[in-house]
Amino acid sequence: MSTRTRQLELEVMRYDPEKDEAPWFQTYTVPCLEDWVILDAINYVKEHLDTTLAYRWSCHMMVCGSCGMMINGEPSLTCKTFIRDLPDKVRVEPLENFPIERDLVVVLDDVIQKLHQVKPYIIRKDDPPAEDKEYIQSRGSLAKFKQLTMCINCMICYSACPQYGLNKDFIGPAALTMAHRYNRDSRDQGKSDRLNILADHDGVWDCSFVGACSEVCPKHVDPAAAIQQMKVDGAVEFWKQKMGITGDKS
Amino acid sequence: MSRRPYIRPMSTTTWYMRNGRYKVYVLRELTSFLVMFYSFLTIFGLAALAASPERWNAFLASQQSTAMIIFHGLALLYFLFFQTFPWFKLAPKAMPVQLGEKKLPDSYIIIGHYAAWAVVSIFIFWLAGVI
Amino acid sequence: MAIAKKAVVWGLFAAGGTLTSFIFPALIALFLVIATGNVPEGLQFEQIHSFASSWLGKACLFIVLFLSVWHAAHRLRVVAHDFGIRKDTLVANAVYAGAAIGTVLAAFYLLTIN
Repeated sequence: MSTRTRQLELEVMRYDPEKDEAPWFQTYTVPCLEDWVILDAINYVKEHLDTTLAYRWSCHMMVCGSCGMMINGEPSLTCKTFIRDLPDKVRVEPLENFPIERDLVVVLDDVIQKLHQVKPYIIRKDDPPAEDKEYIQSRGSLAKFKQLTMCINCMICYSACPQYGLNKDFIGPAALTMAHRYNRDSRDQGKSDRLNILADHDGVWDCSFVGACSEVCPKHVDPAAAIQQMKVDGAVEFWKQKMGITGDKS
Repeated sequence: MSRRPYIRPMSTTTWYMRNGRYKVYVLRELTSFLVMFYSFLTIFGLAALAASPERWNAFLASQQSTAMIIFHGLALLYFLFFQTFPWFKLAPKAMPVQLGEKKLPDSYIIIGHYAAWAVVSIFIFWLAGVI
Repeated sequence: MAIAKKAVVWGLFAAGGTLTSFIFPALIALFLVIATGNVPEGLQFEQIHSFASSWLGKACLFIVLFLSVWHAAHRLRVVAHDFGIRKDTLVANAVYAGAAIGTVLAAFYLLTIN
């Protein structure tokens, strides 16, 4: 493990709702170890330079999704962004497309509401099994949606998505991917309950396949792919209903 | 403590200048102008074809200039690199093929697209008598 | 049913996009060849006229043009939105009208080639 230090100049966006009209930048010089991630540098600021800095973080291991920020304009998990991949000057800003609560903390109410909106749970239409048995699911069935379960709700995809930036009504990558995850789960029977996501003009159809969401996703969930698959499902569903193949009445 | 969330403005007209990813996306979407252009150019060709041999030859002649060589050449390159190739690269995302526990690798689907494209193009060139 | 319009529109867009991705490079290349002054055999009046006279030829040309103009129209609608033109209904009507005009013209000219 390297113990050489590197001086990083962090330009951090500050905003105190009680004092500031608008956000501003404060610069900190941080002595970093070579193998640090940028979160380590921010923690150093908090501990040694400026205890007033507000930001979210928790696990420091890319599973909790708390520490998303813009690093030199790129939406990133700060616990996954190594300083060896960064220049000496680093601009740290709160996640794009979200209102700023304070300093690096953003308001996530909108996306939380959207996650609820997509009904992200197993929906059964028939009765549960008579005995206390689990639902059988083959590995092949699991493979169909396993990648989609990897989402840690970091919401970085919403920062990357320009369509969400242009229209906050768009349900957005993570929430849509969550819906797709359940639609593709063989234990779920709630596809028609989630159909409003397809039908709604703020649903999948607002996506223009920019693909930025998938590029920034730290868990490689590939929300862009999930949304395109939902569009295909929607198109197929329409023709099935037209030809009366499904049980649903249109 | 009072809350006063700050909303950062986003330009609806120049947001794509923010990074390279967005610029590439916009260039990709602008190929739709080419699709519209060549569709209508072909329709005008059909109009000439329907009229008379003289009108058809005049239509062909209207394409014959250095300017049009440059235009069609650039259009071809732009279309290939910002429509056809990106479309092939993104196609596997919309059509995942499950094989037991594994997924068919994207590269198979992409290569399949290139192969089909080569066959279709050769066929069109053969029909047109270019080869 | 709201799903109807969007699903159909997107379906046309996707089909058109796939088709144009495969066919348009060759189409543009043919224009390029013509531009150099060499008109290949198959594009001489007799050949192409007989191709366009056949029902197979008409069907192929119509499907290509129909899907292409609808693909382009829908995409131009999204482009307008991306460039800050937010009057979506107005834009949609304009681009789809353009596609409709293209479709009708294509059908008309094809039908008159005998």
